Amino acid sequence: MTVKRITPELFEKLVGLAALELTDEESSYLFEEMNHQLASVESLSQVPIPEDVQPSLHGVEPEGTAPRADRWVPFPRPERIIALAPESENGMIAVPDVKGAR
Amino acid sequence: MKLVSISAFEIAQKVRGGELKASQVTQEALAQIRKVDGIPGSLLPYQVSAEEERKVHAFIQVTEEMALAQAKKVDEAVANGEDPGMLAGVPISIKDIFCVEGTTTTAASRFLENFEAPYTATSVQKLIDAGGVILGKVNLDEFTFGSSTESSAYQPSTNNPWNTEHVPGGSSGGSAASVAAEETALSLGTDTGGSIRQPAAFCGVVGLKPTYGRISRLGLIAFSSSLDCPGPISRDVRDAALMLQAMAGQDPKDSTSSVRPVGNYLQALEQDVRGLRIGLSPDYEAVYYPDLETGEIHREPIQKEVHDAVLRAAEVLAKAGAEIVENVPMPNTRYGIPVYFVVSRIEAASNLHRFDGVKYGYRTKSEVRNLEELYRRTRAEGFGPEPKLRILMGMYLSAAGYSSDYYQHALKVRAMIRRDFDRVFDPIGEFSLDAMLTPTTAATAFKRKDVFGDSLLMQYSDQMTVASNHAGVPAVTIPAGLDDGGLPIGIQLIGNDFCEDMILRIGRAFEQKTQDDAWRKVRPQALGGEVQA
Repeated sequence: MTVKRITPELFEKLVGLAALELTDEESSYLFEEMNHQLASVESLSQVPIPEDVQPSLHGVEPEGTAPRADRWVPFPRPERIIALAPESENGMIAVPDVKGAR
Repeated sequence: MKLVSISAFEIAQKVRGGELKASQVTQEALAQIRKVDGIPGSLLPYQVSAEEERKVHAFIQVTEEMALAQAKKVDEAVANGEDPGMLAGVPISIKDIFCVEGTTTTAASRFLENFEAPYTATSVQKLIDAGGVILGKVNLDEFTFGSSTESSAYQPSTNNPWNTEHVPGGSSGGSAASVAAEETALSLGTDTGGSIRQPAAFCGVVGLKPTYGRISRLGLIAFSSSLDCPGPISRDVRDAALMLQAMAGQDPKDSTSSVRPVGNYLQALEQDVRGLRIGLSPDYEAVYYPDLETGEIHREPIQKEVHDAVLRAAEVLAKAGAEIVENVPMPNTRYGIPVYFVVSRIEAASNLHRFDGVKYGYRTKSEVRNLEELYRRTRAEGFGPEPKLRILMGMYLSAAGYSSDYYQHALKVRAMIRRDFDRVFDPIGEFSLDAMLTPTTAATAFKRKDVFGDSLLMQYSDQMTVASNHAGVPAVTIPAGLDDGGLPIGIQLIGNDFCEDMILRIGRAFEQKTQDDAWRKVRPQALGGEVQA
């Protein structure tokens, strides 16, 4: 049996989708580690699953409160939140132009 | 006995009774930090002197001013005849993954170097409201991603107080080390796959992962939202019960926190273990991992001394009147790590999308042409290798075309892991157990740099702990001896949903029955103990 591997092409695509940039050194390390982890994940394909088993998103059945009403509640001193942004203008968070050069 | 050596329970009792000042305890704890901790973890380059190599380096940030102010408040309350709270004057460290107003919350990442949260996590607020004194923020693996604390961007990372050439475990390595080195009586950690219990076992202290939802997650920077649990680290079981008591309960701001009433954990400790049914499972005697070339599964037995410690604990509990049930099948335990690779990476990738250099945290200093380049450059510079690896793996496993193969399948195996526990804890079932007794880790603390970089091997160090995260059930690790190298061994008690009282009660009984054991007299290196060759 040979193990399944992520191809270099797919890896590059994932780097783009993840909004990352990698140095060559990082790339080769992360690429190898992902494939090692995939060997562990692939072992699950051998696990026989009984028909009646449903996917479980939580171990313990959630028994918290029902979600609150989606109601706007002002945060005290919102300027503290704006102050956390790396760049802001007139109480707004600022970003570079979505498309072209600024 | 020095104030830093006594338990949280005793400190609170003495402070509440006016026998001891919270300010005095705080001063002594600060002095202990100055004595044993060495330079704090930071992003700055540092000199590795031989002396610093032997320090603990648990803290990233010591909040001296805040601690003294909190202590003063406690002392004033006592002087005025008011109730100062159940944790009055108890020194506590906080894993730096919890938002605490007035501190920076770094998650041990360059990304959050200057992040000052505008609110305090519910769990931390409850500790403060109970009279606890917050001494500072302690180191961890970056974003909690690891099992040795070595992946922290804040170096030097924490050393094991028992032997500083070894890791403290992780990700709550700073938490476990600060408690073991008597810098604080308690620490608040988090456990997603074993991140409280593995470091607690490596450092010879108690660590409790409560039932999922027992303690609010509000203000905890999320890793894997369906698995993350805040919980106590302490030097004995009674202190873990006390700290849990202060933090447990429903939080209107966390919809996954449970509405179930909170038990009386301290009272539960007074009961003995007669008639309780405690299970041993052969499925906790080995680690199963894949061969990288062939995919074949290898079986590696756990360290003999660890296995012996579990059997010895079973004998102690049997002598105390518990019934030991052998050969309990937990056949899906071995799939815990591969399921964890899928579930935790997918959830982590999703949770880390928020770090983009726009709303808070790091933003690249370099010139960028557009928003997308800002995202990419910022994330490339802000994240260390481990977060990048988890994001990429999570994106791969959840990508269209793979999701049903991996994610849906893993969620079904997760359900089967849960079934193992349902079956053994079923009160009218074949086993009707009150708890499982297992090792906490397959081996004692490994040497620094020995495993770091090998993400597969590092993850497999959580094999004994991760199943309870998938199932959501509570589990506690307690010290149970030292190996031939003088490193601590931890044993684990796993209970049914919301049965923290039961596992704490059994843990306390074990602790009391073994209180005169010779190994309990041995002191960690950081406290003047000798290191075995």
